[in-house]
Amino acid sequence: MCPPPRTPTEQEIHGRHGRPITDQDAHEINRVEELSYDLKIHEVMTAVLKTVTPEMPLSKVLDILRLNRISGLPVVENDSLVGVVSLEDIVRALQKNELSVHTSQYMTREVVTVASYDSIVEALRTFTEKQLGRLPVVDENHKLVGMITKGDITRGILVALQKDYKEEEVRRYRASHLFEDIISERTTLVLRYTIKAGDFTQGGKASSHIKRALLRLGADPLITRRCCIAVYEAEMNLIIHTTNGGILKLEVEPHRITMSATDKGPGISDTEQVFQPGYSTATEQVREMGFGAGMGLVNMKRCVDEIELDSTVGMGTKLIMRIFIPNHTVGVSRDGQNDEPSTNY
Amino acid sequence: MHLKEIIELVDGTTLNPEVDLNIKICGGCGADLMSDVLASSQPKAVLLTGLTNPQVVRTAQIAEFRAIILVRGKQPQAETLAIATQENMPLIASPFGMFELCGRLHRAGLPSFESNVSST
Repeated sequence: MCPPPRTPTEQEIHGRHGRPITDQDAHEINRVEELSYDLKIHEVMTAVLKTVTPEMPLSKVLDILRLNRISGLPVVENDSLVGVVSLEDIVRALQKNELSVHTSQYMTREVVTVASYDSIVEALRTFTEKQLGRLPVVDENHKLVGMITKGDITRGILVALQKDYKEEEVRRYRASHLFEDIISERTTLVLRYTIKAGDFTQGGKASSHIKRALLRLGADPLITRRCCIAVYEAEMNLIIHTTNGGILKLEVEPHRITMSATDKGPGISDTEQVFQPGYSTATEQVREMGFGAGMGLVNMKRCVDEIELDSTVGMGTKLIMRIFIPNHTVGVSRDGQNDEPSTNY
Repeated sequence: MHLKEIIELVDGTTLNPEVDLNIKICGGCGADLMSDVLASSQPKAVLLTGLTNPQVVRTAQIAEFRAIILVRGKQPQAETLAIATQENMPLIASPFGMFELCGRLHRAGLPSFESNVSST
Protein backbone atom coordinates (compact mmCIF):
# COMPACT_ATOMS: atom_id res chain seq x y z
CA MET A 1 0.00 0.00 0.00
CA CYS A 2 1.47 3.30 -1.05
CA PRO A 3 0.66 6.71 0.43
CA PRO A 4 -1.08 9.07 -2.03
CA PRO A 5 1.44 11.06 -4.07
CA ARG A 6 2.35 14.26 -2.23
CA THR A 7 2.31 17.61 -4.02
CA PRO A 8 5.95 18.66 -4.25
CA THR A 9 6.78 21.92 -2.46
CA GLU A 10 7.90 24.99 -4.37
CA GLN A 11 11.34 24.50 -2.91
CA GLU A 12 11.59 21.02 -4.35
CA ILE A 13 10.51 22.26 -7.78
CA HIS A 14 12.62 25.41 -8.08
CA GLY A 15 15.35 24.78 -5.55
CA ARG A 16 15.99 27.21 -2.77
CA HIS A 17 16.56 30.12 -5.12
CA GLY A 18 13.02 29.91 -6.49
CA ARG A 19 11.38 31.40 -3.42
CA PRO A 20 11.91 34.61 -1.56
CA ILE A 21 14.22 34.03 1.35
CA THR A 22 15.77 36.64 3.58
CA ASP A 23 19.52 36.76 3.83
CA GLN A 24 19.34 36.18 7.52
CA ASP A 25 17.60 32.90 6.67
CA ALA A 26 20.24 32.17 4.09
CA HIS A 27 23.00 32.72 6.60
CA GLU A 28 21.43 30.33 9.06
CA ILE A 29 20.57 27.79 6.39
CA ASN A 30 24.17 27.82 5.29
CA ARG A 31 25.31 26.64 8.70
CA VAL A 32 22.59 24.00 8.75
CA GLU A 33 23.60 22.96 5.24
CA GLU A 34 27.19 22.74 6.35
CA LEU A 35 26.15 20.60 9.28
CA SER A 36 24.14 18.29 7.03
CA TYR A 37 27.42 17.49 5.27
CA ASP A 38 29.58 17.48 8.42
CA LEU A 39 27.36 15.32 10.60
CA LYS A 40 27.50 11.62 9.87
CA ILE A 41 24.48 9.35 10.02
CA HIS A 42 25.92 7.30 12.91
CA GLU A 43 26.17 10.49 15.00
CA VAL A 44 22.44 11.19 14.92
CA MET A 45 20.81 7.76 14.38
CA THR A 46 19.16 5.69 17.08
CA ALA A 47 21.28 2.62 17.66
CA VAL A 48 19.14 -0.48 17.14
CA LEU A 49 17.49 -1.71 20.28
CA LYS A 50 14.60 -3.71 18.90
CA THR A 51 14.58 -6.10 15.97
CA VAL A 52 12.24 -8.93 15.02
CA THR A 53 12.80 -12.23 13.22
CA PRO A 54 11.03 -13.35 10.03
CA GLU A 55 9.30 -16.17 11.95
CA MET A 56 7.77 -13.91 14.58
CA PRO A 57 3.95 -13.71 14.36
CA LEU A 58 2.62 -10.27 13.39
CA SER A 59 0.56 -10.07 16.60
CA LYS A 60 3.79 -10.09 18.59
CA VAL A 61 5.31 -7.45 16.29
CA LEU A 62 2.25 -5.27 16.91
CA ASP A 63 2.82 -5.60 20.68
CA ILE A 64 6.44 -4.47 20.34
CA LEU A 65 5.43 -1.50 18.17
CA ARG A 66 2.72 -0.49 20.60
CA LEU A 67 4.83 -0.83 23.77
CA ASN A 68 7.73 1.11 22.25
CA ARG A 69 5.51 3.68 20.50
CA ILE A 70 7.25 3.18 17.18
CA SER A 71 5.89 2.66 13.69
CA GLY A 72 8.33 0.20 12.15
CA LEU A 73 10.97 -2.43 12.93
CA PRO A 74 13.87 -4.01 11.08
CA VAL A 75 13.63 -7.75 10.44
CA VAL A 76 16.91 -9.57 11.09
CA GLU A 77 17.93 -13.15 10.37
CA ASN A 78 21.42 -14.53 11.20
CA ASP A 79 22.72 -11.05 11.90
CA SER A 80 21.75 -9.66 8.52
CA LEU A 81 18.90 -7.36 7.57
CA VAL A 82 16.25 -9.15 5.53
CA GLY A 83 13.37 -6.67 5.61
CA VAL A 84 11.36 -4.07 7.47
CA VAL A 85 7.90 -4.35 8.92
CA SER A 86 5.71 -1.32 9.57
CA LEU A 87 2.30 -0.52 11.03
CA GLU A 88 1.05 -0.30 7.45
CA ASP A 89 1.99 -3.94 6.84
CA ILE A 90 0.12 -4.89 10.00
CA VAL A 91 -2.96 -2.97 8.87
CA ARG A 92 -2.87 -4.95 5.62
CA ALA A 93 -2.70 -8.19 7.62
CA LEU A 94 -5.53 -7.04 9.88
CA GLN A 95 -7.77 -6.45 6.88
CA LYS A 96 -7.33 -10.13 6.01
CA ASN A 97 -7.47 -11.17 9.64
CA GLU A 98 -4.02 -12.73 9.39
CA LEU A 99 -2.27 -11.37 12.49
CA SER A 100 -1.01 -14.81 13.45
CA VAL A 101 1.08 -15.36 10.31
CA HIS A 102 4.86 -14.95 10.14
CA THR A 103 6.30 -11.49 9.71
CA SER A 104 8.09 -12.68 6.55
CA GLN A 105 4.74 -12.84 4.73
CA TYR A 106 3.98 -9.15 5.10
CA MET A 107 7.33 -7.46 5.55
CA THR A 108 8.94 -5.32 2.85
CA ARG A 109 11.90 -7.25 1.46
CA GLU A 110 13.45 -4.63 -0.80
CA VAL A 111 14.82 -2.48 1.93
CA VAL A 112 16.25 0.95 1.23
CA THR A 113 19.17 1.49 3.59
CA VAL A 114 21.72 4.21 4.24
CA ALA A 115 25.34 3.75 5.34
CA SER A 116 26.36 4.79 8.87
CA TYR A 117 29.48 6.57 7.55
CA ASP A 118 27.52 8.77 5.09
CA SER A 119 26.57 12.40 5.79
CA ILE A 120 23.04 13.04 6.95
CA VAL A 121 22.45 14.85 3.65
CA GLU A 122 22.39 11.35 2.06
CA ALA A 123 19.63 10.29 4.42
CA LEU A 124 17.70 13.49 3.66
CA ARG A 125 17.98 12.79 -0.08
CA THR A 126 16.78 9.24 0.38
CA PHE A 127 13.83 10.37 2.53
CA THR A 128 12.75 12.76 -0.23
CA GLU A 129 13.36 10.44 -3.17
CA LYS A 130 11.71 7.37 -1.70
CA GLN A 131 9.10 9.22 0.35
CA LEU A 132 10.01 7.22 3.42
CA GLY A 133 10.01 8.33 7.04
CA ARG A 134 12.39 5.83 8.58
CA LEU A 135 15.50 4.13 7.23
CA PRO A 136 17.63 1.26 8.53
CA VAL A 137 21.31 2.16 8.86
CA VAL A 138 23.95 -0.43 7.94
CA ASP A 139 27.72 -0.45 8.45
CA GLU A 140 30.39 -1.24 5.83
CA ASN A 141 29.70 -4.99 6.22
CA HIS A 142 26.03 -4.38 5.55
CA LYS A 143 25.21 -5.23 9.15
CA LEU A 144 22.30 -3.38 10.71
CA VAL A 145 23.53 -0.83 13.27
CA GLY A 146 20.59 1.53 13.77
CA MET A 147 17.56 3.38 12.47
CA ILE A 148 17.30 6.99 11.38
CA THR A 149 14.21 9.22 11.14
CA LYS A 150 13.77 12.85 10.11
CA GLY A 151 13.30 13.59 13.81
CA ASP A 152 16.77 12.19 14.57
CA ILE A 153 18.24 14.54 11.95
CA THR A 154 16.46 17.61 13.29
CA ARG A 155 17.55 16.77 16.82
CA GLY A 156 21.16 16.13 15.71
CA ILE A 157 21.36 19.48 13.90
CA LEU A 158 19.84 21.38 16.82
CA VAL A 159 22.31 19.83 19.26
CA ALA A 160 25.24 20.73 16.95
CA LEU A 161 24.00 24.31 16.48
CA GLN A 162 23.64 24.74 20.21
CA LYS A 163 27.20 23.48 20.69
CA ASP A 164 28.47 26.06 18.13
CA TYR A 165 26.63 28.81 19.94
CA LYS A 166 27.94 27.80 23.35
CA GLU A 167 31.52 27.64 22.09
CA GLU A 168 31.35 31.21 20.75
CA GLU A 169 29.73 32.41 23.98
CA VAL A 170 32.44 30.79 26.09
CA ARG A 171 35.16 32.28 23.85
CA ARG A 172 33.67 35.75 24.16
CA TYR A 173 33.15 35.42 27.90
CA ARG A 174 36.73 34.27 28.46
CA ALA A 175 38.18 37.10 26.36
CA SER A 176 36.10 39.83 27.95
CA HIS A 177 37.03 38.67 31.45
CA LEU A 178 40.70 38.24 30.68
CA PHE A 179 41.82 41.22 32.71
CA GLU A 180 39.62 40.35 35.67
CA ASP A 181 40.65 36.69 35.76
CA ILE A 182 44.39 37.24 35.65
CA ILE A 183 45.72 38.85 38.79
CA SER A 184 48.97 40.75 38.50
CA GLU A 185 50.23 44.22 39.32
CA ARG A 186 49.97 45.14 35.70
CA THR A 187 48.44 42.88 33.03
CA THR A 188 49.23 43.76 29.43
CA LEU A 189 48.10 41.94 26.31
CA VAL A 190 50.50 42.44 23.41
CA LEU A 191 49.42 41.95 19.79
CA ARG A 192 52.24 42.04 17.26
CA TYR A 193 52.09 42.05 13.46
CA THR A 194 54.85 42.11 10.83
CA ILE A 195 53.94 44.43 7.96
CA LYS A 196 55.64 44.00 4.57
CA ALA A 197 56.62 47.02 2.49
CA GLY A 198 54.58 47.39 -0.70
CA ASP A 199 52.13 44.62 0.16
CA PHE A 200 48.97 46.51 -0.70
CA THR A 201 46.80 43.43 -1.05
CA GLN A 202 47.30 42.57 2.61
CA GLY A 203 47.06 46.22 3.67
CA GLY A 204 44.61 46.63 6.51
CA LYS A 205 44.54 42.96 7.44
CA ALA A 206 46.39 43.51 10.72
CA SER A 207 44.08 46.40 11.64
CA SER A 208 41.12 44.21 10.85
CA HIS A 209 42.45 41.51 13.22
CA ILE A 210 43.07 44.16 15.88
CA LYS A 211 39.51 45.36 15.57
CA ARG A 212 38.12 41.88 16.10
CA ALA A 213 40.43 41.33 19.08
CA LEU A 214 39.42 44.58 20.78
CA LEU A 215 35.71 43.93 20.33
CA ARG A 216 36.15 40.42 21.66
CA LEU A 217 37.97 41.87 24.66
CA GLY A 218 34.85 43.91 25.32
CA ALA A 219 36.32 47.31 24.39
CA ASP A 220 33.93 50.20 23.84
CA PRO A 221 32.93 50.33 20.13
CA LEU A 222 33.83 54.03 19.77
CA ILE A 223 37.25 53.56 21.33
CA THR A 224 37.77 50.51 19.12
CA ARG A 225 36.95 52.60 16.05
CA ARG A 226 39.37 55.40 17.01
CA CYS A 227 42.10 52.89 17.76
CA CYS A 228 41.55 51.00 14.49
CA ILE A 229 41.53 54.11 12.30
CA ALA A 230 44.86 55.12 13.85
CA VAL A 231 46.50 51.69 13.47
CA TYR A 232 45.11 51.36 9.94
CA GLU A 233 46.75 54.64 8.88
CA ALA A 234 49.97 53.49 10.59
CA GLU A 235 49.77 50.09 8.88
CA MET A 236 49.32 51.73 5.47
CA ASN A 237 52.28 54.04 6.19
CA LEU A 238 54.49 51.02 6.87
CA ILE A 239 53.36 49.53 3.54
CA ILE A 240 53.67 52.76 1.54
CA HIS A 241 56.75 54.48 2.93
CA THR A 242 59.19 51.99 4.48
CA THR A 243 62.14 50.29 2.83
CA ASN A 244 61.67 46.89 4.46
CA GLY A 245 58.33 47.07 6.20
CA GLY A 246 58.02 47.17 9.97
CA ILE A 247 56.29 46.00 13.11
CA LEU A 248 52.86 47.05 14.27
CA LYS A 249 52.31 46.46 17.96
CA LEU A 250 49.36 46.96 20.21
CA GLU A 251 49.57 46.80 24.00
CA VAL A 252 46.20 46.50 25.66
CA GLU A 253 45.79 47.34 29.33
CA PRO A 254 42.55 47.93 31.22
CA HIS A 255 43.19 51.68 31.38
CA ARG A 256 45.09 52.30 28.14
CA ILE A 257 45.80 51.07 24.62
CA THR A 258 49.31 51.77 23.30
CA MET A 259 49.89 51.41 19.57
CA SER A 260 53.30 51.50 17.97
CA ALA A 261 54.69 51.28 14.45
CA THR A 262 58.41 50.71 14.12
CA ASP A 263 60.55 50.50 10.98
CA LYS A 264 64.19 50.60 9.96
CA GLY A 265 64.08 53.19 7.27
CA PRO A 266 64.23 55.39 5.34
CA GLY A 267 63.35 57.78 8.20
CA ILE A 268 61.65 61.19 8.15
CA SER A 269 63.78 64.37 7.88
CA ASP A 270 61.21 66.81 9.28
CA THR A 271 58.90 65.28 11.88
CA GLU A 272 56.97 68.57 12.27
CA GLN A 273 56.09 68.91 8.59
CA VAL A 274 54.40 65.48 8.37
CA PHE A 275 51.71 66.72 10.76
CA GLN A 276 50.74 69.50 8.32
CA PRO A 277 47.47 68.57 6.56
CA GLY A 278 48.19 67.88 2.88
CA TYR A 279 51.94 67.30 3.22
CA SER A 280 52.80 64.09 1.41
CA THR A 281 55.73 62.32 -0.24
CA ALA A 282 53.59 59.52 -1.67
CA THR A 283 54.02 58.35 -5.25
CA GLU A 284 51.39 58.80 -7.97
CA GLN A 285 50.63 55.06 -7.76
CA VAL A 286 49.83 55.31 -4.06
CA ARG A 287 47.68 58.40 -4.64
CA GLU A 288 45.70 56.52 -7.27
CA MET A 289 44.84 53.98 -4.60
CA GLY A 290 43.23 56.69 -2.50
CA PHE A 291 46.12 57.16 -0.10
CA GLY A 292 48.93 59.67 0.18
CA ALA A 293 46.70 62.70 0.54
CA GLY A 294 48.82 63.94 3.41
CA MET A 295 46.16 63.28 5.98
CA GLY A 296 47.53 60.12 7.61
CA LEU A 297 49.32 61.53 10.66
CA VAL A 298 46.74 64.33 10.97
CA ASN A 299 44.10 61.63 11.14
CA MET A 300 46.03 59.55 13.65
CA LYS A 301 46.55 62.56 15.89
CA ARG A 302 42.83 63.26 15.82
CA CYS A 303 41.97 59.71 16.89
CA VAL A 304 44.38 59.23 19.79
CA ASP A 305 45.08 60.99 23.08
CA GLU A 306 48.87 61.06 22.75
CA ILE A 307 51.16 60.74 19.76
CA GLU A 308 54.97 60.67 19.62
CA LEU A 309 56.98 60.52 16.41
CA ASP A 310 60.68 59.86 16.59
CA SER A 311 62.71 59.44 13.44
CA THR A 312 66.30 59.51 12.20
CA VAL A 313 67.04 59.57 8.48
CA GLY A 314 68.89 56.41 7.54
CA MET A 315 67.96 54.71 10.82
CA GLY A 316 64.22 54.42 11.02
CA THR A 317 61.02 55.70 12.57
CA LYS A 318 59.12 54.93 15.73
CA LEU A 319 55.57 56.11 16.10
CA ILE A 320 53.83 55.67 19.46
CA MET A 321 50.14 56.46 20.05
CA ARG A 322 48.07 56.09 23.19
CA ILE A 323 44.38 56.05 23.88
CA PHE A 324 43.29 56.32 27.50
CA ILE A 325 40.23 54.37 28.47
CA PRO A 326 37.78 56.16 30.73
CA ASN A 327 36.42 53.87 33.44
CA HIS A 328 38.50 50.95 32.16
CA THR A 329 36.06 49.71 29.56
CA VAL A 330 38.38 47.04 28.16
CA GLY A 331 37.52 43.80 29.83
CA VAL A 332 33.99 44.86 30.67
CA SER A 333 31.35 43.42 28.37
CA ARG A 334 29.16 45.97 26.68
CA ASP A 335 25.72 45.88 25.15
CA GLY A 336 25.40 46.19 21.38
CA GLN A 337 25.37 49.58 19.67
CA ASN A 338 22.13 51.29 18.83
CA ASP A 339 21.38 52.66 15.39
CA GLU A 340 21.46 56.35 16.24
CA PRO A 341 24.14 58.28 14.38
CA SER A 342 26.94 59.36 16.66
CA THR A 343 28.14 62.92 16.56
CA ASN A 344 31.86 62.55 16.20
CA TYR A 345 33.52 59.35 15.11
CA MET B 1 16.95 53.20 5.06
CA HIS B 2 17.05 49.54 4.14
CA LEU B 3 19.97 48.47 1.93
CA LYS B 4 17.59 46.81 -0.53
CA GLU B 5 15.83 50.14 -0.99
CA ILE B 6 19.18 51.80 -1.71
CA ILE B 7 20.11 49.13 -4.25
CA GLU B 8 16.86 49.90 -6.11
CA LEU B 9 17.44 53.67 -5.96
CA VAL B 10 20.90 53.39 -7.49
CA ASP B 11 19.91 50.70 -10.00
CA GLY B 12 22.63 48.63 -8.37
CA THR B 13 23.97 45.15 -8.98
CA THR B 14 25.09 43.29 -5.88
CA LEU B 15 28.45 41.74 -6.70
CA ASN B 16 28.52 39.44 -3.67
CA PRO B 17 24.86 38.47 -3.14
CA GLU B 18 25.92 35.77 -0.67
CA VAL B 19 26.60 38.32 2.08
CA ASP B 20 23.95 39.65 4.44
CA LEU B 21 21.93 42.33 2.61
CA ASN B 22 19.25 42.57 5.23
CA ILE B 23 20.72 45.63 6.92
CA LYS B 24 19.80 49.18 7.78
CA ILE B 25 21.85 52.07 6.38
CA CYS B 26 21.77 55.28 8.43
CA GLY B 27 23.67 57.69 6.16
CA GLY B 28 26.01 58.13 3.23
CA CYS B 29 29.53 59.28 2.45
CA GLY B 30 31.13 59.79 -0.98
CA ALA B 31 34.90 59.95 -1.41
CA ASP B 32 37.85 58.67 -3.40
CA LEU B 33 40.42 59.58 -0.80
CA MET B 34 40.56 56.89 1.84
CA SER B 35 42.05 59.24 4.42
CA ASP B 36 39.08 61.55 3.92
CA VAL B 37 36.80 58.61 4.53
CA LEU B 38 38.66 57.71 7.72
CA ALA B 39 38.76 61.33 8.86
CA SER B 40 35.22 62.41 8.31
CA SER B 41 32.73 59.59 8.27
CA GLN B 42 30.39 58.20 10.86
CA PRO B 43 29.58 54.51 11.37
CA LYS B 44 26.63 52.66 9.79
CA ALA B 45 26.77 54.52 6.48
CA VAL B 46 27.11 53.47 2.85
CA LEU B 47 30.37 54.42 1.09
CA LEU B 48 30.19 55.70 -2.48
CA THR B 49 33.55 55.53 -4.23
CA GLY B 50 35.25 55.27 -7.59
CA LEU B 51 38.14 53.22 -6.21
CA THR B 52 38.12 49.45 -6.64
CA ASN B 53 41.21 48.20 -4.78
CA PRO B 54 41.12 45.99 -1.65
CA GLN B 55 41.86 49.00 0.59
CA VAL B 56 38.36 50.27 -0.10
CA VAL B 57 36.93 47.28 1.73
CA ARG B 58 39.49 47.50 4.54
CA THR B 59 38.84 51.22 4.95
CA ALA B 60 35.10 50.65 4.96
CA GLN B 61 35.49 47.91 7.53
CA ILE B 62 37.74 49.95 9.83
CA ALA B 63 35.48 53.00 9.56
CA GLU B 64 32.42 50.78 10.13
CA PHE B 65 30.57 51.28 6.89
CA ARG B 66 27.80 48.83 6.21
CA ALA B 67 28.00 48.69 2.41
CA ILE B 68 30.04 49.97 -0.55
CA ILE B 69 28.67 51.32 -3.84
CA LEU B 70 31.13 51.46 -6.74
CA VAL B 71 30.18 54.41 -8.96
CA ARG B 72 30.07 54.64 -12.75
CA GLY B 73 29.77 50.87 -13.26
CA LYS B 74 33.30 50.14 -12.07
CA GLN B 75 34.14 46.48 -11.53
CA PRO B 76 36.26 45.59 -8.50
CA GLN B 77 39.57 43.72 -8.57
CA ALA B 78 39.26 40.02 -7.72
CA GLU B 79 40.94 40.51 -4.32
CA THR B 80 38.55 43.32 -3.49
CA LEU B 81 35.54 41.11 -4.11
CA ALA B 82 37.12 38.24 -2.15
CA ILE B 83 37.85 40.42 0.90
CA ALA B 84 34.39 42.02 0.76
CA THR B 85 32.75 38.62 0.79
CA GLN B 86 35.02 37.35 3.55
CA GLU B 87 34.30 40.41 5.69
CA ASN B 88 30.55 40.28 4.94
CA MET B 89 30.61 43.73 3.29
CA PRO B 90 28.00 44.19 0.52
CA LEU B 91 29.67 45.44 -2.69
CA ILE B 92 27.28 47.08 -5.13
CA ALA B 93 28.01 48.36 -8.66
CA SER B 94 25.91 51.25 -9.97
CA PRO B 95 25.93 52.61 -13.53
CA PHE B 96 25.57 56.22 -12.28
CA GLY B 97 28.29 58.72 -11.44
CA MET B 98 29.15 60.00 -7.97
CA PHE B 99 27.15 63.26 -8.17
CA GLU B 100 24.04 61.56 -9.52
CA LEU B 101 24.22 58.84 -6.85
CA CYS B 102 24.71 61.24 -3.94
CA GLY B 103 21.78 63.26 -5.27
CA ARG B 104 19.50 60.28 -5.62
CA LEU B 105 20.20 58.98 -2.13
CA HIS B 106 20.05 62.39 -0.46
CA ARG B 107 16.74 63.21 -2.23
CA ALA B 108 15.32 59.90 -1.01
CA GLY B 109 16.05 60.99 2.55
CA LEU B 110 19.44 59.43 3.29
CA PRO B 111 21.42 61.95 5.39
CA SER B 112 25.06 62.83 4.87
CA PHE B 113 27.34 61.04 7.33
CA GLU B 114 30.31 63.20 6.40
CA SER B 115 31.48 65.56 9.11
CA ASN B 116 32.34 69.01 7.81
CA VAL B 117 35.79 70.50 8.19
CA SER B 118 35.11 72.63 11.24
CA SER B 119 33.92 69.67 13.30
CA THR B 120 36.82 67.32 12.50
